[in-house]
Amino acid sequence: MRRVRHADVVVIGAGPAGLAAASAAAERGRSVLLVDQGLRPGGQIWRHRDEQALPSAARRLMARARNAGVKLVSGCRLVDAGSPNELVIDFRGRIDRHQTDAVIIATGARERFIPFPGWTLPGVTGIGGLQALLKGGLPVADTRIVLAGSGPLLLSVAAAVAQAGGRVQLVGEQAGAAALRRFAIRVLRDPAKLRQAISYRWACRSAPFRTDTWAVRAHGDGRLQSVEVSERGHLRSIRCDWLGIGSGLVPNTDLGQLLQCQVEHGAIAVDALQATSVAGVWAVGECTGVKGDEAATIEGEIAGRAAAGDAAGAGSTALQAARDSGRRFGRLLEETFAPRPEVLALATPDTILCRCEDVPMRSVDPGWTPRQAKLWARVGMGVCQGAVCGPSCTALFGWSANTVRPPLGNPSCGEWKSGLDSAD
Amino acid sequence: MSLGVTLIVDGVPRRADANATLAASLLAAGITAFRRDLGGHPRAPLCGMGTCFECRVTVDGVADVRACLEPVRDGMRIETGK
Repeated sequence: MRRVRHADVVVIGAGPAGLAAASAAAERGRSVLLVDQGLRPGGQIWRHRDEQALPSAARRLMARARNAGVKLVSGCRLVDAGSPNELVIDFRGRIDRHQTDAVIIATGARERFIPFPGWTLPGVTGIGGLQALLKGGLPVADTRIVLAGSGPLLLSVAAAVAQAGGRVQLVGEQAGAAALRRFAIRVLRDPAKLRQAISYRWACRSAPFRTDTWAVRAHGDGRLQSVEVSERGHLRSIRCDWLGIGSGLVPNTDLGQLLQCQVEHGAIAVDALQATSVAGVWAVGECTGVKGDEAATIEGEIAGRAAAGDAAGAGSTALQAARDSGRRFGRLLEETFAPRPEVLALATPDTILCRCEDVPMRSVDPGWTPRQAKLWARVGMGVCQGAVCGPSCTALFGWSANTVRPPLGNPSCGEWKSGLDSAD
Repeated sequence: MSLGVTLIVDGVPRRADANATLAASLLAAGITAFRRDLGGHPRAPLCGMGTCFECRVTVDGVADVRACLEPVRDGMRIETGK
């Protein structure tokens, strides 16, 4: 017999946005279930093994959620939904139905990868992926590391691996020097961001940082041994043990799509109170557009209040101004770190585009629709359901986002079916 | 790093940090082929956060477990390179 439970508000994702949303709703007397895929709360940015090692903002927010009585379930995920009021949640292998009056989507973002020769070699990871592995206990001391990608994540990860004893050979930012200067001027006006940037740069001060630089080809026999980079127009080869790559972040919209929320420009569309186009569903943080943890926390606060019926609190002038500022920063991120044409042209006909289904570039016609690509070449049909190749194809061919079908997150069929049966 | 648990990786006992994820532990043990693609080429973690499924291994007989989301447990049996 399957359990059917109820919470006034269900928040999906326990990163900064989700924690803030859950806390704000719980402080207004609502019962709140916070569902998170990670082993511990914090999302990707505050991934940790020891809470004491986290920044004070993170510790404060986690304490706030605990004190407010938020019920956190870790290692769990939403796999299906009959409606926004009828959620099917995988509680570590046991699938239960959960009823709710309000859903707050806080599913964050993932890295965007633009294929290039050799990118499937073991040792080539996402930039954020390398940081996640490091935080998961990967020893990098005395290993040689090259990071080549785009966006603020580069410096933060360079700092983290340097602090862990990794020898950072190069930090390559694909964006040009002029674009980066414009971005730096904006950061100069924001003391918190400036302090953070300086501390990161200081932590990896022995590593060269180059603009107009990207990975062209990864080499190795069964494992990464070196990378060829284009550094300000010159090719050179660097021996390395780890290569972190990634062309910025893209919003995780699959849950919004499953609930039929409107998605615009690759992000879940929301109004001033973070409400989506579907009644009873809010979305906060990076899944509504990438803009960083501070802005995500503000958006969570707004939606948590709104979902608990406190529209006046959610619409407060200070919160709204902070939210608008975060959105402006997000647009600047998008402009500054958009993948450049040279990077989009790196893949050869043999380069794997869809890693799950081993589809090389040559098997795909850029004039296809995503659906044709699925039917004729199995692009995006694999186990990741297009999470990796979807954003690649959008950047390379201008294809729209992959369609979403339940179940999300690959539960076992037996468990999924018994969760559905419990709805009868 | 505390080496607190023993994993059986492809039949070979390996010590691992009790607080580490399975993906980090396997990489630390020198495993490169978490799985193999259709052409037999090795694949290993890419995203590190449960999205890409490149780190999937068999854990205690259960196939396709994402090593990056899995905590290590003493006596865990892992099969890689499938």
